[in-house]
Amino acid sequence: MRFSRVPFAIAALFWAVFSIKATGAGSDVGYEVEAQRQFGTPNPASVELQILSTTDTALLAPLIESFLQSHSDVVIDYSELSSAELMKAVLSQDTTSSDGFDLAISSAMDLQVKLANDGFTRKHSSGVRALMPGWSNWRDHVFAFSQEPATILLSRAAFADLPQPKSRQNLIELMRRHPDRFRGRIGTYDAGTSGLGYLFATQDARSSDSFWRLMELFGSLDLRLYCCSGAMIEDVASGKLVMAYNVLGSYAQARRDLVEKILILEPEDYTNMMLRSAVILKTSSEPDLAGLFVDHLLEAAWGDDADDLTSGYPFRHYPVRSSGESAPYRPIQLGPGLMVYLDRLKRAKFLREWHSTVEQN
Amino acid sequence: MSPAPNPAPQRPGAAAKTPGRLRSSGSLRRRLALQLVGSAAILASVLFFAVLGFARDLSQRSHDSILFASATSILDSVTVQGGEVTLDIPYAALSMLGNISDDRVFYRVTLDDTLLTGYPDLPVQATPPKGVPITDRRQGEPSFLTTRYRDSSLRMVTLSRLMALQEGAREISISVAQTRDGQAAELAALTRSALQLGVGFFLISALLALWTAQWSIRPLDVLTGVVSRRGPKDLRPVRHAVPTEMLPLVHSLNRFIERLRISLTRSEDFIAEAAHRVRTPLATVRTQAEITLRRVDKPENRTSLREMIRAIDESSRAAGQLLDHAMVTFRTDSLERKPVELSALVAELVDRLRPVAELKDIDLCCHTRNVPALPGDAILIQNAVRNILDNAIKYSAAESRVDVTVHQTALDAVVTVTDAAGGFPDPDTTALTERFVRGSNSVGTIGSGLGLTIAREVAEAHGGQLDISPSDTGAGACVSLAFPLQ
Ligand SMILES: Nc1ncnc2c1ncn2[C@@H]1O[C@H](COP(=O)(O)OP(=O)(O)O)[C@@H](O)[C@H]1O
Repeated sequence: MRFSRVPFAIAALFWAVFSIKATGAGSDVGYEVEAQRQFGTPNPASVELQILSTTDTALLAPLIESFLQSHSDVVIDYSELSSAELMKAVLSQDTTSSDGFDLAISSAMDLQVKLANDGFTRKHSSGVRALMPGWSNWRDHVFAFSQEPATILLSRAAFADLPQPKSRQNLIELMRRHPDRFRGRIGTYDAGTSGLGYLFATQDARSSDSFWRLMELFGSLDLRLYCCSGAMIEDVASGKLVMAYNVLGSYAQARRDLVEKILILEPEDYTNMMLRSAVILKTSSEPDLAGLFVDHLLEAAWGDDADDLTSGYPFRHYPVRSSGESAPYRPIQLGPGLMVYLDRLKRAKFLREWHSTVEQN
Repeated sequence: MSPAPNPAPQRPGAAAKTPGRLRSSGSLRRRLALQLVGSAAILASVLFFAVLGFARDLSQRSHDSILFASATSILDSVTVQGGEVTLDIPYAALSMLGNISDDRVFYRVTLDDTLLTGYPDLPVQATPPKGVPITDRRQGEPSFLTTRYRDSSLRMVTLSRLMALQEGAREISISVAQTRDGQAAELAALTRSALQLGVGFFLISALLALWTAQWSIRPLDVLTGVVSRRGPKDLRPVRHAVPTEMLPLVHSLNRFIERLRISLTRSEDFIAEAAHRVRTPLATVRTQAEITLRRVDKPENRTSLREMIRAIDESSRAAGQLLDHAMVTFRTDSLERKPVELSALVAELVDRLRPVAELKDIDLCCHTRNVPALPGDAILIQNAVRNILDNAIKYSAAESRVDVTVHQTALDAVVTVTDAAGGFPDPDTTALTERFVRGSNSVGTIGSGLGLTIAREVAEAHGGQLDISPSDTGAGACVSLAFPLQ
């Protein structure tokens, strides 16, 4: 356990999520923006779309540019921030006003659902709806526009003389056989600080009994905890880590420069798929334009000519399956079920258990 | 002697002229149909509301039971750890609500009055009242509430249970709520279905109602047909089977027909009786006068006796024609049609009158062609033809010629009598066909002015006509009677 834990700060934030309505909507909670960029050239006639997003600006830029090509009068103000800060930013706004942020794009599915459930979002009847799988849309409020797998990242160098694992079971066997090779060189998200890490961990715990066994094994092998996928990818590439668990596949695939060094494993037993989603906020001053932007994202994601490179869609297209099939890809279900893990007591209990499992020394 | 009251039941053709006099109090069929369709409409709306109410109740109950299951699963996850009440909400508790509809979900868990987790501002169940001791409240029984929260209609269930803690018993209560948009959409769909059901039911019932109305009225139509198709002299009672409700009507009708029949028979008897009573004494008087004539020699006595015989003949003939006319009036009123062989009838008549013609040396020529039998009253036709033939012989000079022909035109059978009696005195012959009208050439000829009247009335009763024109040679008249063949 090398990474500092701040679970209580996060817990406090969730407390704020629940109580903000009670204490008064006007209370101003400051939020921190990591990066901000303006797309499009402003002119007197232009309309501005304010987007809050957890997605790397560079990753989404081509998709935004392709939207601006057909909407030349639009200027997009793109703020990149963490999912927790995004939540703060939305909650800090006066919900009755209509000149705040227009869109929230986030990988934190649970928080997006909560925003929609608690009435911070607007309904949008998308024309693209017919193309979308049913599970990619919740109440016409939350629209998923990507499927990104929770992958296992392996260092090619370290696995040169080992059989390539295909599933978690393979991995457990390998770690049991070669504990020294893995000790201190396994990384995963810190579920206590990273929203995405928490989401993956809770879904893992729900999906499979072997999750806790795996965590226990990780704990016994001196697990290192990370804040974000980027750092894990770097460390696997540099050889500091042999393996990183639950790394966001889309980020790893984006690093074409590291193809020689890293191996991306989508476990065959099951692969949780995180759905990046967009919601139109109640405070939007341009809900129709925001709707058009959402449709643009959805068309790129689910449209018939989804492989069209000009759209600038940065994510891989995974086959759309109905939930009935026993495919390894399991899209995390959008819906009120996700809010269970946002429950203060549930979260505290899960993290207590998780920490005591992964921190054995 | 007045003609008998109109004995014939209304002919179908005549019925069309009566509505002016007969007032209609509305259509029975329409009234029946309206009443049936009206009750179908009432039943359909009752059905609609019953189905709707039932569906609404069912949908509410199934929604409630899922809310209850969700709250129960949360309640089951409550544990006491180290003196602290804690809970671990199962994933399914909220996801099961997400499975039935896309509605928003809220929940709250409180221990006594302190919030453990969830939405603090969720509305509080009004019952049970706080003052009531906890033990009196029904443990584990859900209480449901429909309320508003965050601009939406909400259905909420609250479950509570007593927990034994170190500091004593405390009440943990769990509320789970869901917005009702999905339920509203479901209800809208149910309403549509119920409406379709109601409308469908109504349409089918209305069709059945119209059919029933039509069908119930049918016996009346049938009876009308049976009565109006009867021949004019058919005074038999109605024997057609009718529904029980119509029996009294048919009974009255039959009694009425019977009274009519009796009164008709009486008038016929009266006519026959009257003819007999007048003619017989006249015949006796004439015979006596002739006998006396043979006995007296004085020329002035003989002359007055001849005058007397002539007067007797005249009154006898007048009485005969009056009776004939009365008989014709009566028979035409209740015309009874039977196939009549016109040629045979005329030939027989000519034979019968030949002796009378021969008295005046008149040549009576009969040219009959075979014409099809025509529907009519033989006695009337014979009477009409005889009157025309009588006139021809009567007004002809001695040793002249009278031609009688029977032939057929496109639609009619025609009897023509042509004489050389000098023709009609007046070009306007219609006046001469009126009752008791005689022409200027009739002086010295026995007659009553009824002959042509009888002929015309008979022809018209049969739908035919009487035609009077000068003969081809101009020496006399040509009188024809036409009777339709159909
Ligand atoms: N064949 C005929 N030729 C000339 N005149 C006729 C003939 N038949 C009838 N008439 C005229 O028509 C009148 C009416 O005839 P009808 O009604 O038979 O009465 P009547 O008893 O006087 O003959 C007669 O008075 C006569 O003037």
